[in-house]
Order: sequence, then C-alpha cells, then structure tokens
Amino acid sequence: MEAALRAAAGTMSDDKISQAEKDEAAYFAERAKAAAARAAEASAVTGTPPTLFDVQEMELNFGPQHPSTHGVLRIVLKVDGEKILEAKPDVGYLHRGTEKLFETETYPMGVPHTDRMDYVAAATNNHAYCLTIEKLLAVEVPRRAQLIRVILDELQRLSSHLVWLGTSGIDLGAVTPFWYAFREREQILDFFEEYCGARLTLNCMRIGGLPFDLTPGWTERVAEFVDDLPARIDEYEQLLTDNRIWKKRTVGIGVISGEECIEWGLTGPVIRASGVEWDLRRAQPYECYEELDFVVPTRQNGDTYDRYIVRVQEMRQSVRIVRQCLERLEPGEIRGKVPRVIKPVAEEVYASVESPKGELGFYCVSNGSNKPYRMHVRPPSFINLQALPRLAKGHLVSDLVALIGTIDIVLGEVDR
Amino acid sequence: MTLPPAFWTYLKVVLLVALVPAIVGFVVVLAERRLMGFMQARLGPNRVGPQGTLQGLADLLKLVTKEDITPSRAEKAVHSLAPVLAVIPALTALSVIPFGPPVRVGRTVVPLWVADVNIGLLFLLAITSIGVYGIILGGWSSNNKYSLLGGLRSAAQLVSYEVPMGLALVSVLLMTRSLSLVQSVRRQEAMHLWFVFPGLLAFFIYFVAGVAETNRNPFDLPEAESELVSGFNTEYSGVKFAFFFLGEYTAMIIISCVAVTVFFGGWLPPFPNVKALEFLWQVPPALWFLAKVAAFLFAYIWFRSTFPRYRFDQLMALGWKWLIPLALTNILLVAFAILLTPGWTTGLVWLGWTLGVLFVLAYLAAKLRQKLARRERLAAEPHPVEG
Amino acid sequence: MEKSPAEEKKARPEATDASGHPWVESLRAALPDTVVSAKSFAGQITVVVQKDSIARVARHLKDAEDFRYCVDVTAVDWKTRVPRFDVVYHFYSFSKNARIRVKCAAADGEEVPSIASVFLAANWCERETWDMFGISFSGHPDLRRILTWEGFKGHPLRKDFPLEGIDTGAAIYPEEWPEGGGPSGKDPNRKVVS
Repeated sequence: MEAALRAAAGTMSDDKISQAEKDEAAYFAERAKAAAARAAEASAVTGTPPTLFDVQEMELNFGPQHPSTHGVLRIVLKVDGEKILEAKPDVGYLHRGTEKLFETETYPMGVPHTDRMDYVAAATNNHAYCLTIEKLLAVEVPRRAQLIRVILDELQRLSSHLVWLGTSGIDLGAVTPFWYAFREREQILDFFEEYCGARLTLNCMRIGGLPFDLTPGWTERVAEFVDDLPARIDEYEQLLTDNRIWKKRTVGIGVISGEECIEWGLTGPVIRASGVEWDLRRAQPYECYEELDFVVPTRQNGDTYDRYIVRVQEMRQSVRIVRQCLERLEPGEIRGKVPRVIKPVAEEVYASVESPKGELGFYCVSNGSNKPYRMHVRPPSFINLQALPRLAKGHLVSDLVALIGTIDIVLGEVDR
Repeated sequence: MTLPPAFWTYLKVVLLVALVPAIVGFVVVLAERRLMGFMQARLGPNRVGPQGTLQGLADLLKLVTKEDITPSRAEKAVHSLAPVLAVIPALTALSVIPFGPPVRVGRTVVPLWVADVNIGLLFLLAITSIGVYGIILGGWSSNNKYSLLGGLRSAAQLVSYEVPMGLALVSVLLMTRSLSLVQSVRRQEAMHLWFVFPGLLAFFIYFVAGVAETNRNPFDLPEAESELVSGFNTEYSGVKFAFFFLGEYTAMIIISCVAVTVFFGGWLPPFPNVKALEFLWQVPPALWFLAKVAAFLFAYIWFRSTFPRYRFDQLMALGWKWLIPLALTNILLVAFAILLTPGWTTGLVWLGWTLGVLFVLAYLAAKLRQKLARRERLAAEPHPVEG
Repeated sequence: MEKSPAEEKKARPEATDASGHPWVESLRAALPDTVVSAKSFAGQITVVVQKDSIARVARHLKDAEDFRYCVDVTAVDWKTRVPRFDVVYHFYSFSKNARIRVKCAAADGEEVPSIASVFLAANWCERETWDMFGISFSGHPDLRRILTWEGFKGHPLRKDFPLEGIDTGAAIYPEEWPEGGGPSGKDPNRKVVS
C-alpha cells in the first residue's frame, strides 16, 4: 500500500508539472489579453458590440442538454477555437433533496431512496445504506445474506461498468461496443428482475439482511453467465484495447498523478489508474470480501486509457468474485436479528462501500428516534466531478467528452 | 420512330434526379441500418413493410411532414440556401459518372452517362468541393455555437483532404492520359489492367480522403453527435435536414463511383484479360458497376460500426503529415515507372506487382506487430487474470 | 429472531471516551486548547474541536498524522441547540488505513474557516454545506451555491425549511402547481418536519 503510494509519488516530478502549468497559465493569460485588445479595437472601429468573430475566446455551454454529459450536467466552457481554457461544471439540475427525504422517513423506508441516487448501480447504494444502519445497530448479517449481497454488488458493478464502457465508447464515436455491452447488461438486469422484481431501482437489501431468498435455479444461471462473460469482455477489448484510434484518443488524455488524486479526493477506478492500489473492498473489507481471492487492478499512467484498462480488468475480477461467492453459498438465514422497530442509540456513524464509481459513504446521525436525524451521502461522482476542470484544462472539446466519460459520473448521484 | 438524342439526355437527368434520392432513401439507408444492426447484434428496422423495406418511405413522410424550424436569430436566407448548396453539387457531379457502356435501345445507341466531359475528373473535384459551402453556411447561419464549430471543422477538413485526393488522382491521370472518366475505363479495358494495382497507394489515399470528404466515420467530426450535437445540422429539421442527409449520402455514392471508375475498371468485370473468366462478360456491365459501388458503400458502413472517431488535430495531422507526402511520393513512383520502361503498360504492371507484394508484407508486419504489442501488454499486466 | 428487551439492551453499542487516543493526544500537543472532547463509537473516532482552529487541525492531521484524503465535509442542524450547527469532517489516512471524524460547532451566521486550501477535495463539499445549511466558510475560494441555483432563498437541509417547499418564483405553471405546494402541500394532515 505505502510502497504503491511512494511509487505513485515518485512517477511525478513536482517541479516539472508546476513549471509546465505556469507556462500554460502565462500563455493563456497572454492570449486572453491580446484577444480582449483585439475585441475592443474591433468594436471601436465598427461602433458595434464585439461579435463572435472579434473575440478569441468563446463561451460555450456544454449541456445541460447534451448527448455526452451523461445526464443533466452543465459545463460552462471558455474555448479558444476548440482548446479549453476553462471549464466550470454547474451541477444541481437533478437535485431532489434525498438527504431531506431520509430525515422524514423511518430507517427501513430509506432504502428505496438510495436506488435513485446512482441509478445505474442501485445495489451498492442499498448496500452502503444498510451497512451504515447495521453499524449503528451493531447487527450481524448472516453469512448467506453476506454472500448474496456480494454477488448482487459485483453483478451491479459489472452492469455499471458495462454501461460506462458502452457510453464512453459512444462518446468517442465507437458505436458498436455499446450494443455489445448492453446485451450483457440486459442479462444482468434480468437476474436482478428475477431476484427482486426490479431492474434498475432494485431496493434489494434490507437493514440486517435481504428481503428475499434466491429463486430456484438463479445461482446456476448466474454461474453460466459469469462463465461466459470473460469471452465477451475479450470481444469488447478486441474492438477497443489495441485499436489505434482508440489509443490515440485516450492515451495521455487527462493525466493525473496518484498524489493529486488523493488531494482531489478521487476514488475508485480513477485513483487506481494512477497507481494507488486502494480499494475499500481490500482496504476496509466489509461483508465477506476478506476471504475472497481477487486482485485490485492498478495502472501507473493515470490517463484515460489506463482508467479504461482498470475498469475492464475490474470486470474480470468481479467475475472471479461472483464465482467464488456462488461456490460458497449454503442454505441459511438471510435476515439478521433486527428489532421490529428500529430505534438506534443517539450516535453517529459513517460507513462506506466501494461502489463502481468510488467510495460511496453514508454518514448517519441518530437521535434515538425511529427516523435518522441526519443522513448524509458521500457521493463518489460528486467528488470525482470536482477534478474535471483540472483534467480538462488545455485539452480540446473532443477530449472533454472523453474525460466526462472516464470519470464515470451519474448525475443522479452528483445532485442527489 | 427514333427519338431525338436530347430526349435521352433529359430522360437520364430526370432519372438521376429522381432515382438517386430514392436509392439513397430506400436502399442505402436501409442497408446501412440493417447492416449496422447485424454487426451490432441487433435487428435494425424491420417493422415497416416486409423486412423493413418501406422504412425509407416512412422516414420520408416523417421528414416532409415535420415542422420546419428556423431559429429566430438565424440568417434566414442563408439558412434556407445552405441545404440546397449541399445537395445540388452532389447531384450535378453524378452527371459525368459512366454507369456502363452505351446500350442499344431499339435503333438508338444510348450511353449510360449524362455527359462525357473531357475534363470529367476536374469537373468532379470542382463541383463536389462546392458542397462544403452548404455545410459552412449552414453551420454559420444557424447562429448556434456548436453548428459554427461543426462548420469550421468541416471547412478545415474538406480543404485539407481535397489536396491529397487531388494528388492521388493526378497519379491516375498519368496512367489514363485523360481526364475523361469514360476514357479512364476504356484505357483500363485496353490495357487489361485495373488501375488499382499500380495505383494501390493512390487508391488508399483517395479512399481515406474520400471518407473524410464525406464526413463519415472515423472522420465524422463536423457532425460528431457526442461532441457537437450533430454539428452543422443541429438547427435543421424537416425537408432541409433531408437535403443535408441526401447531400451526404450522394457524396458517398459519388466517391464510391469515382473510385470504381478510375481504380476498379468501372463497368468491366474482374480480370478482363483472363480467357477463362470470359463468361463474366455475360453479366450486364452496369450491374458490375453497381456491385462494385455497393461494395464501397458496404465499406463505408463497415467503417462506421468499427472505428472510434479521430480528434480534430489528429485528423489534420493525418491529412497534412501523412497523406499529402504519400500522395506526392506516389506521383513520383508512377511517373518513374512509366518513364523508365518502354510503353505505358509494362512499368505499371511491374509497379502493381511491387506494390501488391509490399502491401501484403506491410499488412503481415502490422499484424505481427499488433500481436507482439498485445502479448507484451498482457505480459506487463501486474495481475494476470485467468480466462 | 425475537429477543427479550434485556438482551436487546445489552447488545446496544455504546460510545466510549477516546481522549487518550494517540491521534487526539497528538492534536492536543500540537494545538493546545483546540480539542473539546473525543469519543469512540463502533470503532470510529470523533474529535470535537474549536471552530476557529479547524483549518489548523486539518493541516495538522494532514501533515503530522498523514490523514491526506478528505473524505467529506457536511453539517448537522441541531435546531434548538446553541450553537446551532455541527460541521462534520471526515478524513482518511492511507498509511494507517483509518478514518477520523472531526466536528466543530458553529452558530447560525457564524463563519467557519475553510479547509479548501488544505484539501482541494473540500471545495465542493463546503459549497454544498453552504448551500444546504447556510454555514459560510471564510477563506473559501468560490463560495457559491452548488445544488440549488443562484438566487434561491433559504437552505433546504435546515430543520426549519418546510418540507412542502417554499415560494421560489421559479414555478412555470403556478396556477396548476402552486409553489410551496410540494408533495404534501395540500394534505391537511401533512407532517411538518421543522
């Protein structure tokens, strides 16, 4: 762990980066000054306010209605030609006050609200919520429930990464991987549907365990699917990994070092692509992750290509995890000993899981009643999106699209 | 009764203007959607008519009945003019394409081209590059920043790729010694040689530039949906949009037609000099032509579903740093091949063989390199993953 | 499944005092008079510190104790308590593989020193806290609303913010969907949270 950190720090030379940044800033400042002078001159001559053609910079509203902002994200861009001088994300278009809603309803009633945050990975949201309350109650989750939770989590991670793979492929103009990825995702959603009746907003976990046991034959079908999946992943990789255009569009785009990732609070595949081997499933294991055999894929360069590779490898690891859990499944209880009316002690607790996007945490303050006094979400998408201006600066508009894809945001979670 | 020759010309013009949009709408678009569906593990449109064959009609009805919106702050006149500018040059350019040898209708011999212009290729290059005005003006007049960016991208891209395309065709001119497209086919027939063999490099440059000229994947930057929200045509709807659409697909057809005519022997069947394959002449030549064009259109569709999109600066680099020098080299190669050998054909045949062998070798080397790179990448993987 | 009340009571976790914890000790040594109290619950250390020294506490934790990753910044509104708010920070240390929670109390209208200069990650979190609670952070580079829009009045996560919404002036069809007529606006038995 520490060695990895040191290695990450070693790859980056501070002086070099800061000097390059200074040069860049000086260049842009000069350009802006010259442009302003030109604009003033032009409008003095014509006697009209400066038009698009007089100014060097153009302000471009990227979103909120834009096909590749993955939702209602608005980025106010200042561009010089196509070069991005400044990018200011503007979020909140999907704000629904989820945290306020938690306060108005009892603890078990909070689970469905979590589905609506990161709506492509509802199971991990449910999991983080339940984990927090379980920690507050000091409830033990039965082993079978733990295993099923992990299976659901990993299937959800697969489906979330598949959505990411397809959509970020489309962002860069590769249309076909999208259909392949969604073909497999559809199967995963079918598994969810069979398990809990829902495909997206799963509501598939309860405080202390699970709502239902598995349907007959579910495990066999899932096993068949995960056995089949590595070959399918090879298929996506064949279309993208060694594709020259794909590499041209991703290698060296949005490079961020491990140190900087930590500084910006980036988590999930983003930090792992920058050489920091940090995964909550490994660092602070919850449920039965401790006994499972999987590796945390890392890459060193911290660019868009590495983030792609890390996510693809994570999918392969998820397959391994699901297989192991399926092997370990034994009949048993699926609900822990939870009181009928949940009234935890007046305390506060924070718990987090490794969601497909990064660290998803819940901070719960209880006042001893049956409703949370305060429930706060630590959304990985929100925090990761913060680094977008840092990643995008100096790149082209086309790269911005790649960067929004690569940090893998879900606006439902950003805005809550 | 013999009809005056002018009648046949008018008929051909009418057929071209009426047929090409129909073919675009009904055949090319449907084929594209069904083929892409096939490549992407889905069905594609199959609801309207048997196997979706009437999809084109439905789309046409939709586009015609759709509200025609002009943004309130757009330059209205230019905004309406732009789609016309995009489609007219494309349709005009079709007039010099020879679809087949002259056919006999009754007692009249009717050539399957509207006009055999003696500066055919030049005319084609000139008239197709007018199409870019439609795109630039459309992008500018929409008063939309994305459209403007799309229009500018398109202008830069088309201007850059006109050059390698023209240069690639220059080397073909050295072989045909004529700018006429009909002459080009006749010469290939006389020399028993498709010009694609000596002009292998020229063909590659031409086709890459052609894909870029028509704004298709992987060079579809001016209308990159995920970046510029369809770029120059964002603010167009209804019939005007249909015109842009028609212009783009007609341009695709023209690029394919020219490629077939100057490189792949036009209406000639494959291997016109091989005695054993003489039966191929039984097939109407026009069908050969159409089949070859269809193959090119298929390649377009194939590209679209395979490649990601280039970035703007990379596209420019490819055009200026690779294609133009390559095209210039190619002109020299062809010129020396003709100059250093007796007659016109011998040198070209030798050049064809050399380039062919080199091409195969280069292909194998690239495959090998790719394989090695992949192996290296997998070996460098910190965590080998079981299958 | 069922448990007797006595058993249940026994199983309830309790918070313990953590003033002796090395991190707290180190904080106390470096910045005297900042630590108000410290407790441990469910293995999580919570340190309450003086509001004015929060930036220094963050700096100390980052530099001396290697808590380099700012997980989250948020707040809790205690409505009637004086001072009214708790601002809550979570930090994580990669070398220790542990988290620490730091809290400071702030009255309504009081400014809390921003830690955005210590942790870049705190920037948006503090903006969100300002937006949702109206706790202002002094020294923040860009303290604007983030989830609601510029010109929105009120801070939604305060306990006295009405659940049925307020008149924002942003309704498009106020005759049909009146403002402040949120999900429970028309219900005569509606629950008012504040």
